[in-house]
Amino acid sequence: MKVARQKKDRVIFEKKLMRGNEAIGAGAIRAGCRFFFGYPITPQNELFEYMAQMLPQAGGTFLQSESELSGINMIYGASAGGGRCMTSSSGPGFTLMGEGLTALATAQLPAVVVCVTRAGPGLGRIASAQSDYRLATRGGGHGDYQCLVLGPASSQELYDLTYKAFDLADQYRNPVIVLSDALLGQMMEPVATGHLPRIKALQKEWAVRGKGTNPRKVIKVAPHTDEELIDWNRQLKKKYQMMKENEQRHEALLTKDAELIVVAFGSTARIALDAVLHAREEGIAVGMFRPISLYPYPDKALNKITRQGTRKLLVVEANNGQMVEDVRLAVDGSAEIAHYGFGGGYIFSPDEIYREIVGYSKK
Amino acid sequence: MNKAKGKIEIDPARCKGCRLCIWACPQQIIKTVDEADRRGIQIAYCPEDALCTACGFCYMICPDAAIAVYKKETAKDFSE
Amino acid sequence: MQRMKRVYAKPKAMTEVPFPYCPGCSHGTIHRLVAEVIDELEIADRAIGITSAGCSVRNWRQFDCDMVMALHGRGPAVATGLKRAQPDAVIFTYQGDGDMAAIGTAEIVHAASRCERITVIYVNNGVFGATGGQQAPTTLIGQPTTSYPAGRDPRTSGYPLKMAEMLSTVSPESYIARASVHNVKNIIKAKKAIRKAFLVQIKDSGFGLAEILAACPTNWRMDPVGCMDKIKSDVIAYYPLGEFSSQMKLNPEESLEQSEGENRDRPGTL
Repeated sequence: MKVARQKKDRVIFEKKLMRGNEAIGAGAIRAGCRFFFGYPITPQNELFEYMAQMLPQAGGTFLQSESELSGINMIYGASAGGGRCMTSSSGPGFTLMGEGLTALATAQLPAVVVCVTRAGPGLGRIASAQSDYRLATRGGGHGDYQCLVLGPASSQELYDLTYKAFDLADQYRNPVIVLSDALLGQMMEPVATGHLPRIKALQKEWAVRGKGTNPRKVIKVAPHTDEELIDWNRQLKKKYQMMKENEQRHEALLTKDAELIVVAFGSTARIALDAVLHAREEGIAVGMFRPISLYPYPDKALNKITRQGTRKLLVVEANNGQMVEDVRLAVDGSAEIAHYGFGGGYIFSPDEIYREIVGYSKK
Repeated sequence: MNKAKGKIEIDPARCKGCRLCIWACPQQIIKTVDEADRRGIQIAYCPEDALCTACGFCYMICPDAAIAVYKKETAKDFSE
Repeated sequence: MQRMKRVYAKPKAMTEVPFPYCPGCSHGTIHRLVAEVIDELEIADRAIGITSAGCSVRNWRQFDCDMVMALHGRGPAVATGLKRAQPDAVIFTYQGDGDMAAIGTAEIVHAASRCERITVIYVNNGVFGATGGQQAPTTLIGQPTTSYPAGRDPRTSGYPLKMAEMLSTVSPESYIARASVHNVKNIIKAKKAIRKAFLVQIKDSGFGLAEILAACPTNWRMDPVGCMDKIKSDVIAYYPLGEFSSQMKLNPEESLEQSEGENRDRPGTL
């Protein structure tokens, strides 16, 4: 018995070398995801192929859809039927999914949607970028709705946050977006997988399965009357406010005495951290703030930091400044904000971010 | 004595006065009322049950599922 | 003295809510046939209907079974996902020609090619009804619509899509038929087609699709009776009725062509 126990403990702490895209798949299956409908697009194909291989082994369904439009609508169907389900894509396909995202949010159906961002606009190229930040955090489709958005920064976080995404989706009955990028997706890192409990089938009392002897159920994506739609929107608004209140996640480092703080998410935060540590060694009072939930934006924490004395924020992101808007709203005039970054697949070196920090701190 | 083999009932809340039953009825015994109801619809009715054969054509053609058809039980049924 | 037995009445699988459609619209007839088939096959407890965009968008109010609203044209994709999650359910989509033959063409073609175990009720009335009578992919040559008031001209907007024929070429395991509701005889045949489109799913033999030629008096600018004549004279001439794919093994008495004979047994029918 003792030996077995030891063995079990060792399994728990064992790490596997995983590509970021695979870590998403592993986290999803661990969380009880049994339905994956998707369409091939680089740079998310490793996730797609991981699910193709691993999901049937876990007793799940993998289906290659004819488009992202179909994929997200298959998710809609599987979610209505009570299954934990996921789809994934990159910018061009993620845009098409806007239609399904707004439907999922309206019908209050849980689902996890992964966007492994590539450089746009248009078809762009398959290099890494963070240019789908706005699309994801603003919902992705038409109408007044919000998706929870998580922005992992390592293979481990891709695993953990994908797992978490399924819980959040069910808790709020809302789609959750995991916003990754090509860099994270392709990077291989050790991932601990045993620390999260394996989820089996869940009973969802609202799911449709044929009415049996019960009253019938209807999953609606449109109301019947004008009054109903107004009421519907009120309820959704309440839910989004609750999400905003309770689901802010972030990581802050060396912020206590910092005069300048670098704000970055995802893969860029990894590079920026090197630059921040370098600047600290050189005696510059710089800190690091990394939003983990991108919607809701962790504005309470960031606002607190700037109110406590930090005067300068340097927002670094691999796009033309999409997150700056959220930072500006969060600090509400209590700090000066600068942006450094480009879209189009440009990847920063820690040195250039360091130079930006030095330059901005002297201004 | 009523020799009717059948009769129909038209639900006034469902009928929209499309007149397809009037067209389909082989006995030509369905008509519309003269007065429109408060929806502005002249609903269908069957004033001459005596000729109804309970064929069900009106039920079949009705796009509003407004018609129920009754058929007289056979003599055999009566004796039982 | 007189004892009367009810021989025809609104089916159980239909709710009490009156149809929201215009007078003479065939949607109601087709709804009723679907509900009758659900009753006869005794599947109301495990049926899940999927609505589409268009006039029938809110027909979840009409069918007394679990219902899911889908977006424009995506019904077959939603049905695909739902069938995987609930394989024991009997899943049907109810789609119009704008929904299925225009915006949802990709979804229906691939669902048919995968021979999804679903049933599709496809209502072909040749126009976009809910949006005001614009041209549909199924609008006949020369037929005026609000988007092409001079009538459909194949040089600018192509030829009408024959979905049943087209889908039968990509769906080897399937039952695909076209029927019409322009008179009682054809309504009975249409019900047969709908019944078989359900049976092919229930028996796990393939994909089921019943295309039903329907009238839209409002947008055809005709009275309901005139519409019935138009279907008979014009619409069927372009869209021939019949079974285009029937791979499933059914009892001979369930053949579409023998429907009249079978119905003679029932009181008061043909």
